[in-house]
Amino acid sequence: MSGTESVAFDTPRRERRADTFAMWVFIGSEAMLFGAIFLVFLVAHIDFGPAFAAASKRLSLPLGTFNTAVLITSSFTMALAHGLALHRRWRATIWALVATAALGVCFLIVKGIEYGKEIAEGLAPLLGLPFRYAGPDPVHAEFFFGLYFAMTSLHALHLIGGIVVIAGMIALWGAASPANRLRRVVAIGLYWHFVDIIWVFMFPVLYLINR
Amino acid sequence: MTNVAMPGTYLGDGTGPRAWLLTTDHKRVAWLYLISLTAFFFLGGAMAVLMRIELATPAGDLVSDDVYNRLFSLHGIIMVWFFLVPSIPATLGNFLLPLMIGARDLAFPRLNLASWYVFIFGSLFALFAVVAGGVDTGWTFYTPLSTLYANGWVSTAAFGVFIVGFSTIMTGINFIVSVHTLRAPGLTWFRLPIFVWTLYATSLVMVLATPVLAASLILIVLERVFGIGVFNPDLGGDPLLFQHLFWFYSHPAVYIMILPGMGVVSEVLPCFSRRPLFGYNAVAISSMAIAVFGFLVWGHHMFVSGQSAYAGVVFSFLSFCVAIPSAIKVFNWSLTLRKGEISFETPMLYALFFLALFTFGGLAGLFLAALAVDVHVHDTYFVIAHFHYIMVGGMVTAYMAGLHFWWPKLTGRMYSETAGRIAAIVTFVGFNLTFFPQFVLGFDGMPRRYHTYPPEFQFWNVLSSAGAVVLAIGYLMPLFYLGWSLFHGARAPDNPWNATGLEWQTSSPPPPHNFETMPIVTRPAYAYDMKGLEHERFSPHREEAAP
Repeated sequence: MSGTESVAFDTPRRERRADTFAMWVFIGSEAMLFGAIFLVFLVAHIDFGPAFAAASKRLSLPLGTFNTAVLITSSFTMALAHGLALHRRWRATIWALVATAALGVCFLIVKGIEYGKEIAEGLAPLLGLPFRYAGPDPVHAEFFFGLYFAMTSLHALHLIGGIVVIAGMIALWGAASPANRLRRVVAIGLYWHFVDIIWVFMFPVLYLINR
Repeated sequence: MTNVAMPGTYLGDGTGPRAWLLTTDHKRVAWLYLISLTAFFFLGGAMAVLMRIELATPAGDLVSDDVYNRLFSLHGIIMVWFFLVPSIPATLGNFLLPLMIGARDLAFPRLNLASWYVFIFGSLFALFAVVAGGVDTGWTFYTPLSTLYANGWVSTAAFGVFIVGFSTIMTGINFIVSVHTLRAPGLTWFRLPIFVWTLYATSLVMVLATPVLAASLILIVLERVFGIGVFNPDLGGDPLLFQHLFWFYSHPAVYIMILPGMGVVSEVLPCFSRRPLFGYNAVAISSMAIAVFGFLVWGHHMFVSGQSAYAGVVFSFLSFCVAIPSAIKVFNWSLTLRKGEISFETPMLYALFFLALFTFGGLAGLFLAALAVDVHVHDTYFVIAHFHYIMVGGMVTAYMAGLHFWWPKLTGRMYSETAGRIAAIVTFVGFNLTFFPQFVLGFDGMPRRYHTYPPEFQFWNVLSSAGAVVLAIGYLMPLFYLGWSLFHGARAPDNPWNATGLEWQTSSPPPPHNFETMPIVTRPAYAYDMKGLEHERFSPHREEAAP
């Protein structure tokens, strides 16, 4: 068919609308995945509030805040990429995408440093690592850190997925028609903003709510 | 051997494994699913037969308790996730959805093929768990049994189910987007066949419920592999939380497993009674209502798990409510038959059996929705009988109805009508003989999931085991006569049942991109009462657009 990737569509315009719609449906699905995990955290927080509050203060607020700023900036560069792609300024679009992916990698590096710090302090109850915690109610503090690692690593996996897709998009850039380029930028943009928003909820829930 | 691959049709569009395994044609992907699901159906069925043979006598003389635990766990895991959830959507749905909405393919053909590969990848984990030594948690993976005590391949099986979930979500997104964006000109929402409506409702549930299952399975694997104790009370976790998360998925999932069956029956009944579907709007809207209500009733699986009495009352009330849209459908199907010119071809026999078995199983569900009765029959064979009446008597019967109804379209061949009718009747008799005694057993207090039982239960158990053999024959028969028809069956006309619906307006089997001329729709879905249907039925042709 004329410039569409799927035989089902008559025009690239309809295909792009379908793509965007599909991404929204997928985001709805993802929201349910994270929703379930947030629900688990909420229930635990209601049950063990004081223990969670004490444990939460052991997280690194400066690193968490820095990372939040990094991700929000990456959403800005992604929005730039979308705007530039609409005007078919392809070179600039690529640079905006590269900046987005680089900020994503930066987030992951800082997150890795944070994990390393927590493991060194004995706050990672994983894989049989020793859990050393001097505060009150260490059993439920351990539960907090378990959830912290589960939630943040699930988010990090989604971020890695986004970075890989951006890298793949740039690799296939030359072979793609203008319609397909725009289609892909719009779709990955939606996904990227969603992963960003997840962090915007995760950061206050894990780092700020108890301060 | 006669030529199966008919030139000019999608079957003749490239042969050999490469053309099939790398296809993006939805009709071929449907076949990939059909073959893999049939294999899983008989694997899960073989486990059921072993269990029924074991239960023919009170003593445990065929298998040990450990093996029995693994048999029913794998039977459940395979039948639910590797057969029932994808059964109608991934096979008939995949094949028919684009045809019914007048599209060349699904919105994302490559995603469709990818979903099959993801399914196969996930199923490798499950099969590995079977071969390596099994799982003994039951299909529900309840904590803390699954996280702390079970010694089978729990993580492997749970991971397999987790992966298959992605395949389900892919199919769901593909269907939703296709229905929204690819309907033919003139095909408004309320002209859609009910089968499309039910696939749409099913897809919504797939997309919104499956991720919650994914989350709970991730947490189980994290607990077993990494030691994060979300469900472990020693670490402050809550085992009951797992049941909430699990049933928040798994109750909507039972509607994934029945809605498409309701869709098939809504196609078959009007066709063989030559009447428009009674109360089309009510049936369409009740499908959506089931999908929505289905999310609000998960607590009825937990009446005796220690949730609060108030929660129990609310969930009981909501569970009665969810019966209303199902009852609306049953009444509308029955009124469709009224004053119809009913004929009893094989698909119609299956559809009528569906109607009987689904109604029976549904009414038994009302018993279970009542708090006090449920406390008495919880975890007994009454529950087993109830959900097998819906899942097997309902969904599998509808699946057979659909398979026979659309077989001429899938293959371009007719099967033996006599063999088909005999198989349908054998299935019906065998099914009731297998599962009706289980209602009695359960009401008398025989608990589920034991490989031995007191001798006074033997009479009904023997009946049930004998029924299982008859049922197995009923399910094996189509394998032979449908298989035979592939090579030797008479060539099917384009519209052998004289049915409405766009899928019957193209050739049997359809060409690679479904329609020679893209159709335009000018009338409602079940126009069996309209004059002029007779001479319009055979060739695809373009009609004038409605002004």
